[in-house]
Amino acid sequence: MIEFLLHNEKITLTDIDPNTTVLKYLREQRRKMGTKEGCASGDCGACTVVLAQLAPSAAHSSENATLEYKSVNACITFISALHHKQLICVDDLKQTSLHSCQQAMVDKDGSQCGFCTPGFVMSLFALQKNNTSYDRHKTQQALAGNLCRCTGYQAIDNAAQQSFSQKVPDHFDRQQQQTITQLKAMNASRKSQSISATRLLNDGNPIATCHLPQSVDELCALLIEYPKSQLIAGGTDLSIGLTQHGSSYQSLIDLKQIAALSQYTISEHHIEIGAMVTLAQCQQLLMPYFADFSLLLERFASLQVRNQGTLAGNIANASPIGDSPPALIALDARLLLRKGESSREVKLDQFFTDYKKTRLSESEFIEKIIIPLPAQRSVSVHSAQAFFKVHKVSKRQDDDISAICAAYALDIDSDNKISHIRLAYGGMAAIAKRALATERALLGKAFNEQTFSEAKLMLTDDFQPMSDHRASSEYRLLLAQNLLQKLYIEISADLQQTKQLDSEQANKAHTRIFDYV
Amino acid sequence: MSSVIKNQLSQAQMLQQVQQQMQSGVGKKIPHESAARHVTGEAIYIDDRLEFPNQLHLYPILSDTAHGTINTIDLSACKEVCGVATVITYEDIPGNADIGPVLAGDPLLVEKTVEYVGQVIAIVAAQSLEIAKYAASLARIDITPLPAILDVQQAHNLQHYVTQPHTHIMGDAKRAISQAQHTISGELKIGGQEHFYLETQICSTVPTEEGGMLVFASTQHPSEVQKLVAQVIDVQMHKVNVDMRRMGGGFGGKETQAAQPACLAALASHITGKPCKMRLTRELDMRMTGKRHPFVVQYKVGFDDQGLLSGVIIDLLADCGYSPDLSASIVDRAMFHSDNAYYLGNAIISGYRCKTNKPSNTAYRGFGGPQGMVAIENIMDHIARYLKLDPLQVRTTNYYQKDQRNITHYGQLVEGNLLDEMTQELTKSCDYQQRRQQIIQFNQQNSLMKKGLALTPVKFGISFTATFLNQGGALIHIYTDGSIHVNHGGTEMGQGLNTKVAQIVAQEFQVDIDNIIVSATSTDKVPNTSPTAASSGTDINGKAAQNAALTIKKRLLEFAATHYGVALESIQFVNNHVCLGDQQIISFSSLIQQAYLGQISLSSTGFYRTPKIFYDRDKASGTPFYYYSFGMACSEVIVDTLTGEYKVLRADILHDVGDSINPRIDIGQVEGGFIQGMGWMTTEELVWDDNGKLATSNPMSYKIPAITDIPNDFRVKLVENRKNPEDTVYHSKAVGEPPFMLGISVWCALKDAVASLSNYNQQPNINSPATPEAMMWAIHAMKQPDQGNN
Repeated sequence: MIEFLLHNEKITLTDIDPNTTVLKYLREQRRKMGTKEGCASGDCGACTVVLAQLAPSAAHSSENATLEYKSVNACITFISALHHKQLICVDDLKQTSLHSCQQAMVDKDGSQCGFCTPGFVMSLFALQKNNTSYDRHKTQQALAGNLCRCTGYQAIDNAAQQSFSQKVPDHFDRQQQQTITQLKAMNASRKSQSISATRLLNDGNPIATCHLPQSVDELCALLIEYPKSQLIAGGTDLSIGLTQHGSSYQSLIDLKQIAALSQYTISEHHIEIGAMVTLAQCQQLLMPYFADFSLLLERFASLQVRNQGTLAGNIANASPIGDSPPALIALDARLLLRKGESSREVKLDQFFTDYKKTRLSESEFIEKIIIPLPAQRSVSVHSAQAFFKVHKVSKRQDDDISAICAAYALDIDSDNKISHIRLAYGGMAAIAKRALATERALLGKAFNEQTFSEAKLMLTDDFQPMSDHRASSEYRLLLAQNLLQKLYIEISADLQQTKQLDSEQANKAHTRIFDYV
Repeated sequence: MSSVIKNQLSQAQMLQQVQQQMQSGVGKKIPHESAARHVTGEAIYIDDRLEFPNQLHLYPILSDTAHGTINTIDLSACKEVCGVATVITYEDIPGNADIGPVLAGDPLLVEKTVEYVGQVIAIVAAQSLEIAKYAASLARIDITPLPAILDVQQAHNLQHYVTQPHTHIMGDAKRAISQAQHTISGELKIGGQEHFYLETQICSTVPTEEGGMLVFASTQHPSEVQKLVAQVIDVQMHKVNVDMRRMGGGFGGKETQAAQPACLAALASHITGKPCKMRLTRELDMRMTGKRHPFVVQYKVGFDDQGLLSGVIIDLLADCGYSPDLSASIVDRAMFHSDNAYYLGNAIISGYRCKTNKPSNTAYRGFGGPQGMVAIENIMDHIARYLKLDPLQVRTTNYYQKDQRNITHYGQLVEGNLLDEMTQELTKSCDYQQRRQQIIQFNQQNSLMKKGLALTPVKFGISFTATFLNQGGALIHIYTDGSIHVNHGGTEMGQGLNTKVAQIVAQEFQVDIDNIIVSATSTDKVPNTSPTAASSGTDINGKAAQNAALTIKKRLLEFAATHYGVALESIQFVNNHVCLGDQQIISFSSLIQQAYLGQISLSSTGFYRTPKIFYDRDKASGTPFYYYSFGMACSEVIVDTLTGEYKVLRADILHDVGDSINPRIDIGQVEGGFIQGMGWMTTEELVWDDNGKLATSNPMSYKIPAITDIPNDFRVKLVENRKNPEDTVYHSKAVGEPPFMLGISVWCALKDAVASLSNYNQQPNINSPATPEAMMWAIHAMKQPDQGNN
């Protein structure tokens, strides 16, 4: 049984096919037709809805509980994701008059054909809830996952501005305490649940079941009992199977209720990220340590996807162009894998074995990701400086799959020598992979232009990339080489900047097109 | 709240009213009529309509072969799936099996020969879309492949055309070029474009008791859907009614190609006797339906030291896909716009409609015009690089003049020419010259990033080039409470047509538009309509609605003069009231009530045909356009020379809509058109594999602009105080298509940035779309000496 609020109405579902998406549930079972299907793959945002949930710290305490509002794509969200949350869709915003986000879209001509509009309204609603004033960058972040073919977006950006300048408390604010009370009551019973389809297979079992375990131990037990189960973390990739490839999963395990997996810890030596920490959360928590990782995640799919998708999920699905593995490999991250009672650690650069294949064995899962901090390399002892950079190139800046994603970790010691180097690439091979030959050409060498000019020629030894609709093989190789040149330019600029006394005042050199957005 | 109906005002209060202007007539800045329902999700699209208990859903079985002969179609496994009502093939079609819009060639279902990957062979009707999809996957189709032609040049070499070539000739271009001071030639590839309307193709049908069909179709051309459905199910047209409230975007993609899902749904309804719905998934839509035509352009031009053209030869090779569809007219329009804003002098412009084994390419905003325009804009850049002149200088040198050099290569006089004055205004407001100098300086000082700037004009001909289509119809009823119901032949796809038509009717009757409803386009209200296309929606349907209003207004005036005993000339409709001489004021609704009691007809049709235009295809000459719309854009970009990535920093647009009926809606068209045009020429890349299968068949792989892609600084202005000199509705101009071509400025600016690597001496070899990869190779070539294309 799962329970959630559909706006203010408490819904309990037991007999429902867990392969049902939230969009299908809304449109086909509730006949709430405001939410549209534009692509059924999480790429256009027409189906955007908002999930409100208790802020993690507040889930159990009685004081100062707050709600978090997250935009998600209903078309690629499994119904089990709604458990213990409030689902808000476009039909719920208008009371006697339009919501301030809706009014802004009317006043600023944010709609033309109107089909993408409900999705934009919901993204604006979440943006308004999560911020106090207009910020162009944050607006673009919030709306880059919503496609509009009519307006050219300027009008919608204008509407975003008005949604803040004319923001007034809405009925969600007025009902907040009541909503919190209802969600807390649901959260009070921390019992493992399951939902099943009513249709039965020949063996008498339901055609599909989804378990929602509450603890890691329960998850271990379920995976031993049902070793063929598919795990739902964010579910944003798994659901593509449903909507695009006609798949239906017989046994699902949704991990969202396991609080322990949503934890992360930061120590002197490493950052440990639980399997259910979302990409949006990673974006924030990594910023102080690896700014470029955070900037990469800013361009990772859309906010709707990042609000659900997890770092562990991006690793487990083993896409050759998954954007996080190159960064994690360059950082020498390792995975803590768990199966039953036993755990083991695997370095990420050993984890991928082939296209879409990993070292995960049956019933085994990723419990956490461990990223060593540069301090662990005793950088300070050798008075070396540690750098971490990421370059992603794609046809479109936002919500596009990389032609190539390159990540670099390197240290430069006081003698201007490269004392540590790890280069990892996505889009260059069937798996995300290190450039070992190129690394060898850099390690121990003087940090100068010549070193990089020579090293970049080694990339042809490391990779023979493929040609596809995103990029030709030749372009990928040329890019990889040019990006190494860019890396040199950027680190040189960084070194220059640290030498300047007034470094805070120094303008950061614009070396990437994204700097001009 | 209706002001007309609720008003129970005293004479003094009414006097006050009539001394004020109406709030919502022509020229007023009012929002889209559906805006408040768009934002709440209350606006109903076809898939939102209530379904019937016995509803069936359709899913197609497609060809996986680009060209081949069907040996066997085994559907036995499909039919056995629980929930499948029927599986339909060619043999089940009772009537005409070809749904070609103008010329035959588009089989509704394939009989024997498949001609592209994604062509429909059979259709499954089942209780749910999931069941239909699953059942469709069980079909076993055996096809023997035949040689497929996937390349437009190959088709041209084989003279493999869907319709015959056509040529415009003015003067003696060959001689002019041979005698010119300078000559250049080149080739340019222009990519296609997926429409990516957010609402995919959809149609829902309900059988009627007469054996006919009620059709809810998302179409720009309800009358054509009506005709084709009637032909397919073999009934007369009066038994088919097509209802079209709104589309979730069209852009030309629902002009002819909405007919296939509509005819398939109608066929399934006809066979099963049940309501049927066919909604294409995004992937199906992108595989099955045609797109903007890719072109290959080959050119040779002669010019003098100033860059003034003396002779132009352009061959336009269009990739039409497998059938004629609208390709004859589309390539005509490409030819008509190969001059864009420039007097060509001696010219030979030839259009070839090449047949390839791809979906049949179709109408898309601009209808071939953009491709023709890109051809000549590329030539302008090429001349500028060759002569080391600023491209803007070459452009203005070649502009059509007002009193001479004002005849197009198809013989039309260019009247109402705004090119010079608009260029002056825009270069001033956007600081063109100063920014040009700053950019040259920036590029000298920066090796990694390069900036580019380009100002390009648009001159776009308005009217269907198939002259008979330039007609519109409307129907107005006024009810006894004074509320007004308007219907017209145009369709609402987001462009605000219904809003503008309501404003026009409001203006004629002087009542606010909250008393007016424009109802769903319906073939039983206004018959034999033209498609809402060629930017003509308001021009023809607005005029028709105005004519219907004038007919009723004339009756009302005559009635009032008699009934109230005042001179007809002294009666005025003002701000929801009627002034009867200077003695008495009555509300509009009171007059209507009296007219009804006086047995006056309060309903009228209206009709309009565009005057003046003709085109003699045999002589390749005439006046195919009623008037021209003008526009221009100046775009500034920055390019990363190590990756080929880029960003539009600023765009300034000045656009001509005559006297705007609704500036808010027109600005929306201009901004949206620019971004769509920019997308076409930058990130939107259609890639086909060697077997003719589309590799970019979903938004994961096909990238239309997102919000971060718009210019950081975006300044859009309408030309003021320039009414259309022709007698169009309230002297407005069409606005649907022309702004699309403003996006060309982004492409030219990208080329300008790359040209800076050669100190502006070489024309970079950049096709469209200028993806980061395409940019990178051009940059790479510029960096290698002797590799540039000049």
